Amino acid sequence: MTQNLLHINPIAILVHAAIPLVIILVYALVAIWAERKVAGFIQDRLGPMRVGGWHGWAQSIADLLKLIQKEDIIPNDASRFLFKFAPFMMFAASYAAFAVIPFSSSYIGSNINIGVFYLLAVTSVLTLSIIMAGWASNNKWSLLGGMRSAAQMVSYEVPTIATVLTVIVVTGSLNLMTVTEMQSGNDILGFLPNWFIFQNPFLLVAFVIFFISILAESHRVPFDLPESESELVAGYQTEYSGMRWAMFMLAEYADMLLLSLLGATLFFGGWNSPFGDFMSGPFWSFFWFMLKGLLLVFVMMWIRWTLPRYRVDQLMHICWSILIPLSFINLVLVALWEVIF
Amino acid sequence: MVEAIKSGWITFKSIFIGMGVTIRHFFGPSVTLQYPDERPVIPDKARTKLYVNIDDCIGCHLCARACPVNCIYIDTVPATSDVDLGKTSTGNPKRFWLTRFDIDMAKCMYCDLCVHPCPTNCIYMVPDYEYSEFDRTNLIYHFSNLEPAMVAEVKEKAEKEAAEKQKQREEMMRKKAEEAKKKQMEAKKPPQQNTDGETGTKSDKSDNGDS
Ligand code: SF4
Ligand code: SF4
Repeated sequence: MTQNLLHINPIAILVHAAIPLVIILVYALVAIWAERKVAGFIQDRLGPMRVGGWHGWAQSIADLLKLIQKEDIIPNDASRFLFKFAPFMMFAASYAAFAVIPFSSSYIGSNINIGVFYLLAVTSVLTLSIIMAGWASNNKWSLLGGMRSAAQMVSYEVPTIATVLTVIVVTGSLNLMTVTEMQSGNDILGFLPNWFIFQNPFLLVAFVIFFISILAESHRVPFDLPESESELVAGYQTEYSGMRWAMFMLAEYADMLLLSLLGATLFFGGWNSPFGDFMSGPFWSFFWFMLKGLLLVFVMMWIRWTLPRYRVDQLMHICWSILIPLSFINLVLVALWEVIF
Repeated sequence: MVEAIKSGWITFKSIFIGMGVTIRHFFGPSVTLQYPDERPVIPDKARTKLYVNIDDCIGCHLCARACPVNCIYIDTVPATSDVDLGKTSTGNPKRFWLTRFDIDMAKCMYCDLCVHPCPTNCIYMVPDYEYSEFDRTNLIYHFSNLEPAMVAEVKEKAEKEAAEKQKQREEMMRKKAEEAKKKQMEAKKPPQQNTDGETGTKSDKSDNGDS
């Protein structure tokens, strides 16, 4: 589909590229509302109830309208260009990464052979934009938040990559479409789908490590140190307001979805239906894929309202002395398993 | 190694227990009361806004005296003999015009102390708790139903009657005093002459005037 982009109508290219954008925007509106509902339900409250009638479904639309109208405040001593640019760069990075996610059996932004590698490379720009925002704000909280986030993301990228590698060892391909196609069928124990999470016990361990590190990479509780409200005001976002702040929010939720979808692709069979051929057309594959991704997002929210936040030293301890050794040992074990079976 | 596995196990166990608790609450019922749409049922003896059934008030000031913060203001004017204010529903005769019966709900501390002394049970709390105002003076509730013209008229009448009564009383006093003087004079005439008798009447007169 994308091999001969040059010969395709530019409008078709735009539409093709806009599909993930639409998905992200709709998802962000729903997810922000859902996050508040989940928080409410877990705390025996109801969450937003009034805007739009049924369970306050229009709450995030109202919030968005409010944010658009807000004044765009730029501190006097801020580095103006970097300050203005950071949120857009952050969103661009997480949006660009969606290019290699196979949303459905017939849609993938760009079917390149180094999909996973590209995704990991592009998402590391997120760190850069966070440091940019933190430094350009000329504010101690922002800077501290930015530094924390850089340290955190750089550290947790190692276990993430190591666990992604374990899957790549099994598949032998970096193309996420191929990875997904390798997981179709229901052969394990006669009924379980051929998802990697069921294929061998070490991949289950890999998934646990992967999930912990994506929590850290998308700054979710219990690893939300870069923006810990109770100590750093709002971390690197402290000086931002209005639409720029909304861009950060959007990028963060997009990042969350991106990593969850990556997890769903690598471990839960991507767009494959759990019932074999039943409900498996292009539309249904999109449905299953989003369902798996959103379930992971839900688990992230669920964890957010359950666990307290780690300290910086604990965060680093978990990463460097537990997750990284474990993930590498796991990588070797998976490789051995592949050699033996 | 064993230690590490153990602590790892404990970590995961506690995380899952915590998540179990939160998911139970997630599916459990919420305790939110959606206020403007739903309202709580107020208990019977709740202390809320005060109300005065002015038709039953006999103007005895008992409530105002009981109030620890002095936020009940009552002015009364005695009814003249030509009007009958009737009786309260509890059978007490009403003898006063209530020209003013104000309760300053901004000062009230809902102690309920004014409610119980009332002999006719006409001051009580009504289950209403939504009466915020933008201006503090709007929280002074006026319960008196007399119009200003009426108040003036009633006052004037009462003053007239009071003056008349005062006059009558003075007249009576004077008569009494005169009678007493006469008596005294008569009683005192035989033994003594002028001077002592006069001082005696003077003291008598001043006593009468005071009482
Ligand atoms: S409730 Fe208490 S404070 Fe309020 S008016 Fe009655 S006696 Fe005064
Ligand atoms: S105690 Fe009752 S009757 Fe007496 S003045 Fe107060 S409200 Fe009126």
